[in-house]
Amino acid sequence: MLQRREVVAQINQARGQALMVTGLGSSSYDLHAAGDDDRNFYLWGAMGGAAMTGLGVAMAQPERQVIVLTGDGEMLMGIGGLATIGVQQPDNLSIIVLDNGHYGETGMQASHTQFGVDLPSIARASGLPVSLSVETEADMLKLCGALASQAAGKGGAIFASIKVAAESPERSLPIVDGVEIKNRFRRTLGLNPL
Amino acid sequence: MAEAVAPKNNPKNSWGADLFTLLKRHEVRFLPFVPDAGHADLIRLAHEDNDMQPVVLTTEEEGVALACGHWLGGKKSVLLMQSSGVGNTINMLSMLANCRFPFVTLVTMRGEFGEFNSWQVPMGRATPEVLKSMGLSVHTVTQEDQLVKTIDAALYAAYASDQQVAVLLSQALVGRKEW
Repeated sequence: MLQRREVVAQINQARGQALMVTGLGSSSYDLHAAGDDDRNFYLWGAMGGAAMTGLGVAMAQPERQVIVLTGDGEMLMGIGGLATIGVQQPDNLSIIVLDNGHYGETGMQASHTQFGVDLPSIARASGLPVSLSVETEADMLKLCGALASQAAGKGGAIFASIKVAAESPERSLPIVDGVEIKNRFRRTLGLNPL
Repeated sequence: MAEAVAPKNNPKNSWGADLFTLLKRHEVRFLPFVPDAGHADLIRLAHEDNDMQPVVLTTEEEGVALACGHWLGGKKSVLLMQSSGVGNTINMLSMLANCRFPFVTLVTMRGEFGEFNSWQVPMGRATPEVLKSMGLSVHTVTQEDQLVKTIDAALYAAYASDQQVAVLLSQALVGRKEW
């Protein structure tokens, strides 16, 4: 089974100029462990808000690729957002779910995806043009290829669910000060604080 | 709580075009919304204008995260919703406080002034307190001649100094829904 830290390191390496938004909990720790970067907007709360935060960035910066990295529980809480993305069809947005089938922050309770709820099918039915189920290293290469195509302006919005092992690697904590996370992200786009 | 089409039995507002002009003057082009009769004119005008980006939401909390993301990308927005939708946004509003995102929402009120449907009353009554509890400044408009002035002030406060402002459009202004 794929390991979350390894796949996130692979995505981070393939990101190019992409801006990234992470959902609260393990996804934020995973991206931080792969390498802190001012272009990362880490959520520490606002569960269910990662995909919509990413869509907001993507529609403000249509020339930049935006990658949202989140967990299955966080995606499920904001699942209606896939319908909203389907309406907007942002060519520069990718939503990547690290699906371990569990709520990892709260004691590893089972999430819906363990009972047959299929996130890529929901994304496909919502109209996202690329929707991938990633379970092997070969699938990961396919995902990285899709991300590269998107960065080159081809293929449209991407959804991917990566099945990862239910493990809790040592936490790698980004800064928690939201104002600083916001300001440093904006500075990479040449935007200064008010 | 949402209207699929502009309801035929509601009084038509004369101020939709005034608000539209105001939003343009403030360079607000991004309008996430959950439909409401009171916002119908503004939503229609936004759909008719190629420079505007009206974004239909499945739930109001999406609009809070969208507005935050849009500001991360350097652009302004205004969230349009009804008072019942304010309840859906509560936890997402924590982003505004934690990151000090500038934020403006226009909330058409239900359950507040001459309401027929009692199911609208509890959330209508709680709306100002909920918003204040989450750290927003709340202005209520009951008179049409205060509307543009109040929203102009809200946009200025938000986008000149990172403030979070909700403008409540009273049923006294919007007109009650006749059944």
